[in-house]
Amino acid sequence: MADPTPAQRFIEAIPHSRALRMHLEEIGDGRAVISMPWAEELVGDPSTGVIAGGAVSALMDTCCGAAVMSYPGAKGTATLDLRIEYMRAAKPGQRITARAECFHATRTVAFVRATAHDEDTSLPVATASGAFTMEGAK
Amino acid sequence: MNRPKPEPVQIIKERRDTALRRLVGGIPYIRFLGIQFDRRGDELTAVLPFDEKLIGNPFLPAIHGGVTSAFLEITGMIELSWSMLWEEMEKGSLDPRALDADHLPRLPKTIDFTVDYLRSGLPRDAYARARVNRSGRRYASVHVEAWQDNRSRLFAQATGHFLIPNRDPKE
Repeated sequence: MADPTPAQRFIEAIPHSRALRMHLEEIGDGRAVISMPWAEELVGDPSTGVIAGGAVSALMDTCCGAAVMSYPGAKGTATLDLRIEYMRAAKPGQRITARAECFHATRTVAFVRATAHDEDTSLPVATASGAFTMEGAK
Repeated sequence: MNRPKPEPVQIIKERRDTALRRLVGGIPYIRFLGIQFDRRGDELTAVLPFDEKLIGNPFLPAIHGGVTSAFLEITGMIELSWSMLWEEMEKGSLDPRALDADHLPRLPKTIDFTVDYLRSGLPRDAYARARVNRSGRRYASVHVEAWQDNRSRLFAQATGHFLIPNRDPKE
């Protein structure tokens, strides 16, 4: 394995990301891909076994934050606002993968979009857009 | 005046607490985060006791933004379900003892949820209350506020839209 980058350390050091068993798939240049397995304890609707929206939003928030951290020059970030749209229920038992892109950053603010899919990659489970603080960028 | 005798307070309390317990207790993710609900009459306050696994930034340390978002979303969803349950309970059309694992009220589905992060969540307990601003036949708009030490210093607030489940009689 390559030396962990600051962004990789960033996700591995987060207790809540560990609790949700998040896995960093790809990162760099303002983009991040993070996945998370389905788990019984994350179910939000016991009648269907569908994972709670909140667990998906935790994944999206982490992925967006990681994308900002991997933006050239970024040293720190925090969420200012995050909007999530839930398009459909994630299939019980399937892994959820979020992809985030920091598509613009100023010296102080980073703008991020993200999508989340289960194993069906056609229609996203959810999309997100947010504004994050940017520390350290030139 | 020939007014019917009011129900004993314990019976009313027991009915309301049972309904709330059944609604909240059936959802695994609420247990995972450790969220509890305090009830005063129809008013609910969600409580998120601090736990290590809720941390998002170990250096500050601060509660994970995703935990904050999930806490607010759950508060909004439970408030909306509770307001519908309450209405049915008060009308007498719902007996909470009939709410078991197989007969839970169908939950609203989140359409969208927007969280405004005002301050970082400190490593201590958090509280939240939701207000249903509009609840129609199909859609509802809910606002949620969350704080830690001071009620007037919110650390996050959110607005979400929910799809209301069909209120068919239970089979």
